[in-house]
Amino acid sequence: MTKTVSDVICPFCGTLCDDLEVVVSDDGKTIVDVYNACAIGAAKFMHAQAKDRVKRPRMQQADGSYKEVSYDEAVEYTAQMFAKAKKPLMYGWSSTSCEAQSVGHEIAEKAGAIVDNTATVCHGTTLIAVQDVGIPSCTLGEVKNRADRIVFWGCNPTHAHPRHQSRYSIFPRGFFMNKGHKSRKVVVVDPRVTDTAKMADIHFQVEQGRDYELLSALRVAVRNEKLPDVVAGIPKEKIYEAAEILKSGRFGIIFFGMGVTQTLSKNHNIDEAIMLTKDLNEFTKFSIMAMRGHYNVTGSGQVLGWQFGYPFCVDLSRGFARYNPGETTSNDLLRRGEVDAVFVLGSDPGAHFPISSVKKISQLPSVCVDPHITPTSEVSKLHVPVAFVGVEVGGNCYRMDNVPIDARKVVDPPEGVLTDHEFLTRVNKRLGELMGAA
Amino acid sequence: METVTVTMKTQPVLFLEADNISPDAFAGKTAADIASLHAYEGREQTTLGKYFDVSGDAGATAADTRIVVKGDVSRVKYIGMKMSAGEVVIEKDADMYVGAWMQGGKLIAKGSVDAFAGIGMKGGELLIEGNAGNYLGAAYRGDWRGMQGGLIRVKGNAGSDIAYFMNGGTIIVEGDVDVHVATHAEGGRVIIKGNAKSKVGGQMVEGEIVVFGGIDVMMPGFKFVKDEELEIDGTTAKFSLFHGDLGERHPKRKGQIVYGKLYQKI
Amino acid sequence: MTTEYIIKNGFVFDPVQGIKGDKADVAVKDGKIVKSTEVSSKAKVIDAAGKTVMAGAVEIHAHIAGPKVNEGRNYRPEDKLFTYTPKKKGSRMAGGFSIPTTFKTGYEYAKMGYTTCMEAAMPPLFARHVHEEIKDTPIIDEGAYPVFGNNWFVMEYLKNGEIENAAAYVAWLLNSTKGYAVKVVNPGGTEAWGWGLNCLTVNDPVPYFDITPAEIMTGLMKTNEYLGLPHSMHVHQNSLGNPGNYTVTLDSLKLAEGIKAKNTFGRETVLHSTHIQFHSYGGDNWGNFESKSKEVMDYVNRQKNITVDTGCVTLDETTTMTADGPFEHHLTELNHLKWANVDVELETAAGIVPYVYSPDIKVCEIQWAIGLEIALMTKDPMRTFITTDHPNAGPFIRYPRIFSWLMSAEARRDRIESFKHSAKMVEATHLAGMDREISLYELAQMTRAGPAKSLGLASVYGGLAPGMDADVAVYNFNPEKSYKPAEIEKAFSAAAFVMKTGTPVVIDGEIVSNGNKRTIWVNAKVNENPQVMRDIKEKFLKYYSVTQGNYDVTKHFLSGNPRVIEVDATT
Repeated sequence: MTKTVSDVICPFCGTLCDDLEVVVSDDGKTIVDVYNACAIGAAKFMHAQAKDRVKRPRMQQADGSYKEVSYDEAVEYTAQMFAKAKKPLMYGWSSTSCEAQSVGHEIAEKAGAIVDNTATVCHGTTLIAVQDVGIPSCTLGEVKNRADRIVFWGCNPTHAHPRHQSRYSIFPRGFFMNKGHKSRKVVVVDPRVTDTAKMADIHFQVEQGRDYELLSALRVAVRNEKLPDVVAGIPKEKIYEAAEILKSGRFGIIFFGMGVTQTLSKNHNIDEAIMLTKDLNEFTKFSIMAMRGHYNVTGSGQVLGWQFGYPFCVDLSRGFARYNPGETTSNDLLRRGEVDAVFVLGSDPGAHFPISSVKKISQLPSVCVDPHITPTSEVSKLHVPVAFVGVEVGGNCYRMDNVPIDARKVVDPPEGVLTDHEFLTRVNKRLGELMGAA
Repeated sequence: METVTVTMKTQPVLFLEADNISPDAFAGKTAADIASLHAYEGREQTTLGKYFDVSGDAGATAADTRIVVKGDVSRVKYIGMKMSAGEVVIEKDADMYVGAWMQGGKLIAKGSVDAFAGIGMKGGELLIEGNAGNYLGAAYRGDWRGMQGGLIRVKGNAGSDIAYFMNGGTIIVEGDVDVHVATHAEGGRVIIKGNAKSKVGGQMVEGEIVVFGGIDVMMPGFKFVKDEELEIDGTTAKFSLFHGDLGERHPKRKGQIVYGKLYQKI
Repeated sequence: MTTEYIIKNGFVFDPVQGIKGDKADVAVKDGKIVKSTEVSSKAKVIDAAGKTVMAGAVEIHAHIAGPKVNEGRNYRPEDKLFTYTPKKKGSRMAGGFSIPTTFKTGYEYAKMGYTTCMEAAMPPLFARHVHEEIKDTPIIDEGAYPVFGNNWFVMEYLKNGEIENAAAYVAWLLNSTKGYAVKVVNPGGTEAWGWGLNCLTVNDPVPYFDITPAEIMTGLMKTNEYLGLPHSMHVHQNSLGNPGNYTVTLDSLKLAEGIKAKNTFGRETVLHSTHIQFHSYGGDNWGNFESKSKEVMDYVNRQKNITVDTGCVTLDETTTMTADGPFEHHLTELNHLKWANVDVELETAAGIVPYVYSPDIKVCEIQWAIGLEIALMTKDPMRTFITTDHPNAGPFIRYPRIFSWLMSAEARRDRIESFKHSAKMVEATHLAGMDREISLYELAQMTRAGPAKSLGLASVYGGLAPGMDADVAVYNFNPEKSYKPAEIEKAFSAAAFVMKTGTPVVIDGEIVSNGNKRTIWVNAKVNENPQVMRDIKEKFLKYYSVTQGNYDVTKHFLSGNPRVIEVDATT
């Protein structure tokens, strides 16, 4: 006999779908099937079942090979690393629970560390823009219930957030939108003809690196001011037409992704998009939302926010919290040689950071806490496997619209494998002893 | 004016935070007092004396104090931070935050400086003889009150995001600049003697930008108004005046809408 | 571990027992106040000779935990610049000025002698976030008010006059969100904001829902009394911050006429009108803007079933934040500063805009005066409470400064004289002609016993009677001496000694313990109501973006030892 766990939260992307049904074996140890999830989400659950999973920490040897060590040894190495470092970097935090993040922050306070999350290579620029001009936004249910104008700018949810369009944005029937996608107009801005662009009423193939100009031109058009004939490769008539479509809706929303956050102008693109949204509120109701990537990168920003006041790249080295992207951001720290130890949990910088940064990690005392073998674990001195958050252990997470949802445990972790919360708690305790003695 | 010379003798392993290298912190102190002022390397609180030889006593006040920084300080941050008077001379390249939140006095960097020089500047004079990094004379994150006053002059080139949220004062860059000049400015004046790339004056409410060289791509929200002859920093020439950013809000004064002004040399 | 204390020889001010500055001892055993005769000779003695002793203060309305507070923190790095306190042993780092971190929030309240605080607006869908922050706020006991005034269920039930169904829904939501009271913010107006609209009077119909703000408020008051909740309905009226809005305020307050309090908590009121300073404006534009505090307070003084809090302007740079979404949009149109907004499906919205209350701007000067007038015009300090609507009219750390303005006519005079537009301000307000000085006893009523009673918590907080929680504050303030305004402020900024539930948390103005905080929530039981349960199920299936199974705030989000207030409304 199997049993079905319902209302399961998907620990993949920022859409944080919470309607999954997972069928588990009678002994509660094996996942048999996953319903309602997208292909990536389902794979995430099934992957936890991989037979070749590492179940004990591994320490890199002089010849580059790895030797199994106990969790006690792993805790000791990690705590010693923090105790000795003058300025350790604690990076990741986006694929774990808020409870684990919170313990990580206690360690960071003791160690004088820098805590940075994956926003640093993703929506950190969005967070900067929000700090500069604010952000009018809403929850995803508002989009479902009210939105008749949907803009996807520099994002491709069809592939990156597969259930976004069916659950919230294009297709669902909502309270005031009972005709579903027939009552909505969709605008896509992307230099490529993506699968999302194929669903659009209007697709702007913006010139690469000219999103800032196009957003600015839309603001000019919304104010009925004069435009040059062509902006960012788009004829002005099309821009005026798009401005009218946005203004004439009852409730609009702009979703944007890394196509604008990590290309030329970065935070300024988002800043201008937010200001466009603000301008549109003089005519109708408009919101804007970042398509956050990792399922709990938003949560990391929240916990950092209430504990230290900044959403990413928080520098605690001097006993108080400071923040300045460009200085306290992971790649700047690694590039410039500002840190002397690296702790990674809940992300894979080995796969996402520039090779120069990854090399720096490989040269420093380093710990990678991750259920899997990853490019990061392969360059770190110590790899600590842990239980899967959202599959083998629960914990709070924040969706891309900041709605908190408590992830569920579906099956037990492999015997003897710690959760990241447990591992961090032990490191924190040991570090307290070491620092107290110092 | 008394001169204190601080000479780098030991390089930090990481980077050194030396916000105490300022006339305000040195004022009234002997060389020995100064050597015992705090400096920070990561979480370690140490002293300036661990890294620098200090010679000469400071004047009684910041205004009476001149600091000469010698040696390789390319890994030292915050030199001249918040200084209100007096003088600082940095003989070689320095790291980030040179003259950050500066309020008065004169700071001369004979080499180049990294990012965030003169951020949140309120007054005084910051002269950079080499190049400046990004965010020169910009606002601190989230603050709508960027540079309020004072003068920054860069003999070389400057990076991106200079004069971000500028409210007042003057920035002169004699070389070229990277993208985003005076974004969100509501006052002040930026003069670029060399070339600008793009995103010049985006979201500008008020203030002035003068570009002697080329602009790769103009912002769509700037409209040509007229040609004018002007004297700018010692050069008299004809400039085209553009008003913008038309996509941004603009205040009205005496019945007239006030725009940001962009002058480009013809 | 010492569990017995005796706080000796202080000047005690306790409205609960009617003690008005008598020299007395306060004895504590096992976290409770006891008779002096009930502690042994081993009790630790705290010398309070020459000092003022009061119960721990009770904050009835502040925005200190949750999504909009945190957005305020995260989007204002400049609010933290150069304001951080370095970490000390045993305490956490603490930073931020107008929107402090959770740690700083707990520490700063405790230093002023505040031991219980209510988060004033919890969006139900974000309740888990609110509770995560509450759990991370040290020392102070905390509850949170879920917002109901724009909730689709509530509007649908009340439109049909279904009080019993509304009550079942309110009880369900309090339980799901672990909430404390029925909060109403810009009733109807925030739902209208879903379409970029607003309701600016009590009779403006809510788009689609076809109900008026007046009907929402009346219905929720009746619902509140049907359930017999500890606190009354707590309302932020329509048209906040607009010149001439005092008439809307009076229209709202009058809705309480004829409604009787029905509860087992000793609460006699049915409506709490919050930050009433923002709602006591005359004139019809910013040019002829003036105080209507007298008109409002004359009514409040007469109408015994109403409580109010002041919302005093502190003249600081701050961060405004409210579930009144359209108001924040209006504000950003005025000051052009960064605007954050979140519309929350089926429930509410919120907005945030920084604001600088400048002593050089006439309107700010008048707002400052109105807040103080409200407090000084009260005839019943047990029904008028001091707040800053933190951080809206100013940060809560300014309470001691407000006390100094209220306790000293000289302090007010000094302040008025240094305003840029003092003559115009004096003309538009009553304050310059008022010489009342709030006494320490009145202060204890307005910050302790009064709010505790309004919250239905008078048996545990806000007093020093035996059996109550041992929350005690001792101030370096000798009532037999006279003090300069700055000295009053100093004395109340850093208490000499503060105890929370029997544990010393502040000694000589410094934090000595992270305390033993408790989350407070209300568990109201009603008759089974299949209709309402079916409605809830349907709305989750069709209109919410989360499943019903993931809505409930489970117990692990609450602090270690939650205080559950049980209410039985079954018949």
